[in-house]
Amino acid sequence: MSMQRRRKSPLLRLLPYLARYRPEVAVGSAMVVLMVASGMVSPRVLMYVVDDLQREVNPRRLVFYAALILGVTLVQGVFRFWMRRILIGVSRKAEYDLRNDFLARVQKMSLTALQARSTGDVMSRATNDLAAVRAVLGPGVMYSMNTVTTFLVGSVILFGLNWRLTLLAYVPMVLASLSVKHFGGLIHDRFEEIQGQFSALSTKVQENLSGIRVVKAFAREESEIAAFDALNRDYIRQNVSLIKLWGVFHPLMTVLLGFSSVALLWFGGRQVVHGRLTLGEFVAFMGYLTLLTWPTIAIGWVMNIMQRGSASMGRMLEVMDAEPDIGDVPDAAAPVLAEGRKAGEIEFRGLSFTYPGASSAALRDIDLRIPAGTTLAVVGHTGSGKSTLASLLPRLLDPPPGTLFIDGRDVRLWPLAELRRAIGCVPQETFLFSDTVAENIAFGVRGASEEGIRRAAEVSQVLGDIEGFPDKMQTYVGERGITLSGGQKQRIAISRAVLRRPDILIFDDSLSSVDTYTEERILKELGEVMRGRTTILVSHRVSTVRGADQIVVLKDGAIIERGTHEELLGLGGAYAELHRRQLLEEELAAS
Amino acid sequence: MATDNEEEVLGKAYDARLMRRLLGYLRPYRGAAALAVCCLVAGSALSILQPYLVKVAIDGYIRARDLTGLGGVSALYVLTLLGCFALSYGQTWLINLTGQKIMRDLRMEIFRHLQKMDVAFFDKNPVGRLMTRVTTDVDALNELFTSGVISVFDDVFTLAGIIIFLFVLDWRLALAIVAILPLLAFVTLMFKIKVRHSYRLVRTAIARINAFLQENITGSPVVQLFGQEVKQYARFMGINKDHMDANILSIFYYAIFYPILEAISALAIGVIVWFGGHEVLAGTLTIGTLVAFIQYSDRFFKPISDLSEKYTILQAAMASSERIFKLLDDAPTVTSPAAPPAATSAEPAEPVKSVKEGRIEFRHVGFAYTPGHEVLRDVSFSVAPGEKVAVVGATGAGKSTLISLLCRFYDVREGGIFIDGVDVRGYDLQGLRRSIGTVLQDVFLFSGNVAENIRLGDAGVTDGRLRQAAETVHAAEFIEKLDGRYSAPLGERGASLSVGQKQLLSFARALAFDPKILVLDEATSSIDTETELLIRDALEKLMAGRTSIIIAHRLSTVQNADRILVLHHGRLRESGTHQELLKLKGIYWRLYQLQYGAEGSGAR
Repeated sequence: MSMQRRRKSPLLRLLPYLARYRPEVAVGSAMVVLMVASGMVSPRVLMYVVDDLQREVNPRRLVFYAALILGVTLVQGVFRFWMRRILIGVSRKAEYDLRNDFLARVQKMSLTALQARSTGDVMSRATNDLAAVRAVLGPGVMYSMNTVTTFLVGSVILFGLNWRLTLLAYVPMVLASLSVKHFGGLIHDRFEEIQGQFSALSTKVQENLSGIRVVKAFAREESEIAAFDALNRDYIRQNVSLIKLWGVFHPLMTVLLGFSSVALLWFGGRQVVHGRLTLGEFVAFMGYLTLLTWPTIAIGWVMNIMQRGSASMGRMLEVMDAEPDIGDVPDAAAPVLAEGRKAGEIEFRGLSFTYPGASSAALRDIDLRIPAGTTLAVVGHTGSGKSTLASLLPRLLDPPPGTLFIDGRDVRLWPLAELRRAIGCVPQETFLFSDTVAENIAFGVRGASEEGIRRAAEVSQVLGDIEGFPDKMQTYVGERGITLSGGQKQRIAISRAVLRRPDILIFDDSLSSVDTYTEERILKELGEVMRGRTTILVSHRVSTVRGADQIVVLKDGAIIERGTHEELLGLGGAYAELHRRQLLEEELAAS
Repeated sequence: MATDNEEEVLGKAYDARLMRRLLGYLRPYRGAAALAVCCLVAGSALSILQPYLVKVAIDGYIRARDLTGLGGVSALYVLTLLGCFALSYGQTWLINLTGQKIMRDLRMEIFRHLQKMDVAFFDKNPVGRLMTRVTTDVDALNELFTSGVISVFDDVFTLAGIIIFLFVLDWRLALAIVAILPLLAFVTLMFKIKVRHSYRLVRTAIARINAFLQENITGSPVVQLFGQEVKQYARFMGINKDHMDANILSIFYYAIFYPILEAISALAIGVIVWFGGHEVLAGTLTIGTLVAFIQYSDRFFKPISDLSEKYTILQAAMASSERIFKLLDDAPTVTSPAAPPAATSAEPAEPVKSVKEGRIEFRHVGFAYTPGHEVLRDVSFSVAPGEKVAVVGATGAGKSTLISLLCRFYDVREGGIFIDGVDVRGYDLQGLRRSIGTVLQDVFLFSGNVAENIRLGDAGVTDGRLRQAAETVHAAEFIEKLDGRYSAPLGERGASLSVGQKQLLSFARALAFDPKILVLDEATSSIDTETELLIRDALEKLMAGRTSIIIAHRLSTVQNADRILVLHHGRLRESGTHQELLKLKGIYWRLYQLQYGAEGSGAR
């Protein structure tokens, strides 16, 4: 983000969004002017009414006046209707565009960028902040126009009637407007403080309920109640200070605007007595003052909307202006393979990787070649770097340049979309969408056939489970549907990857929630799918990896052992120990 | 996002039973509430007076060229303004303060109630849902008190007041104007119904947008891995468009409502001009009255619009209160005995206040969290006062359940647990738990400082005792190094402390209460050697002279225990000392190999 851009108001960045609806904005503005102008007629008619009534007039004129008031208001209503429809409508359309753009940017955020922000943080920018920005585009714009026009037109008329009276009546109005601005800001700040105190209150409840066993174990219920009571008292105290403000604010508005009426009554009354103003003009004045009431309040209100909107837009831009940290280089291209050469060869060349901000490396000096079509298994304890290794291939994390090659080309020089198309990945944390089972399996493939989906489910041994669901393949998973077991989720995630028929398959500890018996059957079925594909199996279970072409053992980010199952057992090292312990565990489970 | 169906249901707007119970909360503050109503009514009365003053000014003084009188009326007008200001301030203050107090009472009642509930209740009810009761639902009731019940008086009184004034001024013209009122009420009601409908559509759309965002942000790696950004974007556009359409629909209602209101108002003014004008010409109505009529007709709108708003508030409040009361009516099942249990005649008449010696006996204990899934089966053993017993077993063997049952977090399904020969169900609940010092595996720290986390709000734990406890278990060493020492604030859940330090802190906590019985679930996480040695020593001091049941994960603990109990699949399978059990070459031997193998055979 350049310094220059930062100095400008973030709200200026909304102009392109409005510019898209230029004709609407133009027509909407015209409606505002017409609406305001037509609204000025009625008080003037009342002026004639009152003045005429003081003379002898033909009663038929009264009918004409009454009809005129009704007619003009109906015409004004039409303008008012279109003003709101068009201008507020534009704000909703711009909001729509803005929200789409925001998502598009969020979609490009890398894993590390996302982890740096919490989900809640990004969410609140897309919802709360966007709502504040929308308020600028809608009510903000509409009421600004309305207020300015009403004051301009109204002032011309009022000053024409009697400039001294107008000046006098305007004084309380200006004060009222300033007080809206002042109190609006104060109330907003106070309100934020109260929100803070409220979250302290909620935190206390949450903490107490989460730690209820400790509370009960130490019989601390009474002191917890006392602590909660103290927080409640603080909360009330803060609220009281808001109530004080609030209690002044509204009545103050009424009083100030009321003083305009007093000014009219007293000074205007004198002018009438002195013959400088007719009684009709006096009444018209009263009508015009009423017309100005809402715009007066709106000034302060609109200013607050703008202020909040500007801050919110700034927060949204923080996300939208950030350059995506993982993307395509300018001349990215997938490698062209020589005739007859199989795709899917992977090579790590002295790869070391450190997470941003971390003090020690997650992977160190990894040198590894996985010929196309072979299987590599990676074992090791939690935190040994297995998942990091798996995340580098599809560039969820970016490896340093010149350290990771697929089909002889640095992954950083691949087009991202093509790279990921070549890889089918089953991530460690199974994530399914709240959608049907079929949609979840077909997630990565456009226009997948029903047969293909069934076959993928069959391979991962989940078809039988799915057949047992109430709506089979069309069953919804997640909150609005059925709850799946960890194993079922993993197996659906496997189906999802398998269906893509990728050159490279990555299973990041994807069988951990599946029992050993099912695991065996999955591996057997997968064998067929894996044939001809490069496969990376990350696991902490020996049973999963024993059939792999090569096995590496990771410890603290470095490869400490490598070889086939038999070779490693013969070595009698970490792998052999892992094997021994797992046999014991199995025995224990059986006893 | 959990959009619990239960949370969304809006039922009827009025339920006499619920309302009566709700109004009960207003009772302690009925004085303030009554005063608030008085302020409201007086305030509305003053503001209704204002157009009348204008009439008096026009007819009595302006047209009569009486400047003194005009000054007097203007002064009166100022007085009504100031009076309105004061009354309105007083009213806002009283109502909101009362609302806040009622909210506090309710929150306290719910919180107090939750403290009484047993652990099984918390297993069933997720924390988030209970939080909603204390926060959102209570807020909905506040709305009922502050802008619901009381301000109805205001609206009704204002409407009635204006109508009365109109009739007093000129009953014929008043009749003509009042005839328009039903039309106004009808239009407003229709609008509210339509808007409520479109508002519901907007809410649903927002919920879908939120759910989609939530899912796609957390699931972002999957979307990226499978290259489905475009597809998801297209979906989002669909959901986003629904939201826009729902909003544009509600714009339509607003856009049409306000012009109709203005038209009705113009109709009223037209009637006044035409009908009233005739009267003026006939000499039966003054110009001032005509002007006053115009002003009054402007004031009809707000109360009618406000009244129609109340329905929604009532509806939300009823739904919330129903949920709150349901929670408050849920009684705990694990309680202190009110009367001696009838079955065991040997029990004393009064609930036993505290543990004397600390002899523990499990007799044929069986337990299941959910019927049919037995966690413990026929477990019997006894622990002599001062004895140190280690419990070992694989994950899910039922070890933690033993502790939960001893502390009466749950009641046994079969058999019984006896301390000093008395069934735990015969003890006073708080007394029982105070006699048992508990150290759970995940040390739960509350926000607050170090001392508060050791003392846990018990004033009986003096500073001296607190420090002594911390010193005994070697917690003092790191506490002294903290900025602020015993008053050093602990970050969120003690994030600033290491696992080992948290352990030591929880030891100090247990020791400060000087319990007869100690139950301890050792942490499995690995700890550096130095801290490990400290913990080992602290543990020994902690157990000295107390009946101790330890769920052991450390080799040193099992080696030093007087006896080891081996739980396997919910049954007590082996029992004896470390050496005895090893010789058996049974379950313990295998567990030992697995859990302590590396430690026992020395690191490679």
